[in-house]
Amino acid sequence: MAAERGAAAEALVGQVVLPGDLLLLPAHYDEDAEGERLRLSAGTAPQGQLLCGPGLRRSGAGLLVTKCGLLRHRPAGGGAYWVDSQQKRYVPVKGDHVIGIVTAKAGDVFRLDVGGSEPASLSYLAFEGATKRNRPNVQVGDLIYGQFVVANKDMEPEMVCIDSSGKSSGMGIIGQDGFLFKVSLGLIRKLLAPKCEIIQELSQLYPFELVLGMNGRIWVKAKTVQQTLIIVNILEACEYMTAQQRKQALAKLSGN
Amino acid sequence: MKATPLSNCERRFLLRAIQEKKRLDGRQCYDYRNIRVSFGADRGCCMVELGRTRVLAQVSCELVPPKPSRPTEGVLFFNLELSPMAAPGLEPGRQSELLVSLNRLLERCLRDSKCIETESLCVVAGEKVWQIRLDMHLLNHDGNITDAASIAGIVALCHFRRPDVSVQGEEVTVYSPEERDPVPLSIHHMPICVSFAFFHQGTYLLVDPTEREERVMDGLLVIAMNKHHEICTIQSSGVVMLLPDQILRCSKITAVKVAEITELIQKALENDQKARKEGGKFGFAESIPNQRITAFKMESAAVDTNDVEEQAGEIIAKADPPSEVFASPVLHTPGTAQIGEGIESSWGDLEESEKEEAVEEEGESEAAAFECEKVETEDTSTLRETKSDEPIVLSDSEEEEVVILEPQELPRKTRTQTSSQQENPSKKAFNKR
Repeated sequence: MAAERGAAAEALVGQVVLPGDLLLLPAHYDEDAEGERLRLSAGTAPQGQLLCGPGLRRSGAGLLVTKCGLLRHRPAGGGAYWVDSQQKRYVPVKGDHVIGIVTAKAGDVFRLDVGGSEPASLSYLAFEGATKRNRPNVQVGDLIYGQFVVANKDMEPEMVCIDSSGKSSGMGIIGQDGFLFKVSLGLIRKLLAPKCEIIQELSQLYPFELVLGMNGRIWVKAKTVQQTLIIVNILEACEYMTAQQRKQALAKLSGN
Repeated sequence: MKATPLSNCERRFLLRAIQEKKRLDGRQCYDYRNIRVSFGADRGCCMVELGRTRVLAQVSCELVPPKPSRPTEGVLFFNLELSPMAAPGLEPGRQSELLVSLNRLLERCLRDSKCIETESLCVVAGEKVWQIRLDMHLLNHDGNITDAASIAGIVALCHFRRPDVSVQGEEVTVYSPEERDPVPLSIHHMPICVSFAFFHQGTYLLVDPTEREERVMDGLLVIAMNKHHEICTIQSSGVVMLLPDQILRCSKITAVKVAEITELIQKALENDQKARKEGGKFGFAESIPNQRITAFKMESAAVDTNDVEEQAGEIIAKADPPSEVFASPVLHTPGTAQIGEGIESSWGDLEESEKEEAVEEEGESEAAAFECEKVETEDTSTLRETKSDEPIVLSDSEEEEVVILEPQELPRKTRTQTSSQQENPSKKAFNKR
C-alpha cells in the first residue's frame, strides 16, 4: 500500500480530521520526502515530549488519526495533540472517575455497571476506613463514584473508591436522593474544564450538588424536585444550545 | 448487551416527582410529547417520532392466492421488529415477551377493527388477491412504542397506493404506475392507541409514558379508539387493579387525544399530497432537520459593529500622519538585524486583558457602555497614556477596529496578535497625543 503523503499537523488544528489521516509533525517535513521512517523521540521535540492524546496513534511518520472530529493542540509542556470527537458510548480508561450502578454483590466484590462492555468489579475493602469487620453499606441499585485502577481491553475493569494514599477524596457511595441521567462524553469534558461557564451560571440560580462521571453520567441533587428537574433539563439541552440561548433560558428562570 | 439497570435513586426520584405531579420533561399528566410524521419518497413509507421514540413503517403489496376459508378477501400481514438499534437491551432472542405483546396488540388494533376493507383487495375470487404487508421497525426506544407504532401503521396504510387492476373476463391486467395512477387502499377509519401508565397502585395516572416512567410504573392500560369514539381494542397489563370509573375516565381522555392526533395525521397527509402534486421536493431528506452539536464550539465574543465606519473615520481624521523618519537597521550578525526597539513586554498584563474579556461576554449591553466610554477616552486621552503597556495591535482582521500606530515615536515592532476567536473586541482605538 503506497504511503499517503500526510498533511502538516499544525495546519489542521481546529479542523475536522477523519480516521486514516496522517499528520506530520514539524521535525518530519523534510525527511518524509525521502521516505525515511523516523521515530518520535524526546530529542526532536522542543521541550519535553509531545503528547499524543485520544483519537490519535503514533505511526512511523507521524500521528495517525483514529477517530473523526476536530483536531486540537495545546502548546504548553512540549505540546499535545488530540481529537475532540462526539461519542456517547464509554470505553473504560484507567484513572477515569466514573459513576457506577451496583448490579450484584458477589461475595467480597460488587459488580457495577459503568456503561462499558463489561461490568466493573469493586472490592468491599476499596473504601476509606473499610476493614473486614467494618463493611460499607452498599445495596444493589446504589450509585458509586470511583476511579478505574485496571481498564484495558483484555481484562474486566476494576474500580476503587480510594486514591493512592488511602483517602476517599470525594469518592464513595453517592447519597440516596437526587437524580441520575446520561449525556454525551463531549459535554462531560466541557463541563469538567476549569471555569466552565455553564456550571458557574447554574450555580447562580440556586445551590445544588453535582457529580460528573466520565462515562457520561451526571448525578444532581437540589433542594426540591422542581429545581432538580430544571438543572437536569438545562444540562441535557446544553448539548445543542448555543451560549446565547442558554443565557436567555437562565435569565428567564432567574426572573421567575 | 444488557439494559442499563435502574438505580434506586432514579426510581425514588421518579416516584416522588410523580407524587408531586411533575414529569421529567415538564409535561402535564395528560400531555403527549411532540408527534412528527414524515414521509419517504416511496408511497407507503413513513416515520413517526413521538418525542424521541421513532418508528419507521413501510407498506408493500403482492398478488397471492387467498386463504381457502376466505376466498374473496385480501390478506393482511402486520409485523413490528425490535432491534438493538432502538435500545441496548433489545437483543434478538431476549425480548420475546415484549415483542409478542406489542405485535398482538397492533394486530388486534388494525386487523380486528376492520379498518381496511379487505373485500376490495380481491382481484379474482378464489385465485388472486392482494396481500398487504405492513412492516414496522423501532428505530429508537424512549417509551410508548405502542402509540408510535399504531400511528405509523395507520399513516403508512393511508399513504400507500397499490397498482391498479382491471379484470376482463378471464384476463387480469395489472397496470404499472406509469400506465395508470396507483389506487389508495380503502380505509374506513383510523384506530389509534393511547397508553396510560399507573403508579402508586393506581393513584396516579400518566399519558404517554417515557422509557424511565415505564420502568417504574405499576400497570399499563392501552385503549385503541377512532375519531368516531368507537373503541377498537382495550388492554390492561401489569399488577394494578383498576376501578370502572378510572377506565371510563381514561376512555374520555382517549377520545380527546385521538381527535387531536387524527387531525395531525390528516394535515400531514395533505401536506405530503400537495408537495407531490406540485412537484415539490418530498421524502425524508427534506423533512428531517439537522441538529447541531455545540459541545465543541468555541464562542466568539460579540463585536458591536454599529458604526464602525464612523469611528474609524474619526480616528483616522484625528490621527497625525506617520513620521517619515525610519531608524536604520542595526546589524548584529550576518543574517540578523534589528529595526527599532521592541515595545515593553506585556506578559504580566495577560490577566488584565482576560478580565476585560470576561466582562465583554455580555455583548450588546457592554457595547453600549463602551460607546460612552469611547467618547470619554477621546477627551481624557491623557488617562490612557498611563496604560501604555496595553499592547498595540496591528491587525488585518476586518472584525476589529482599526488601531493607529504611535505617530510621533519611532515605529515600534508591533506584536501581531493571531486572530483567535477569543479575540477581545474591546481593544479600543485610542489616540495618543
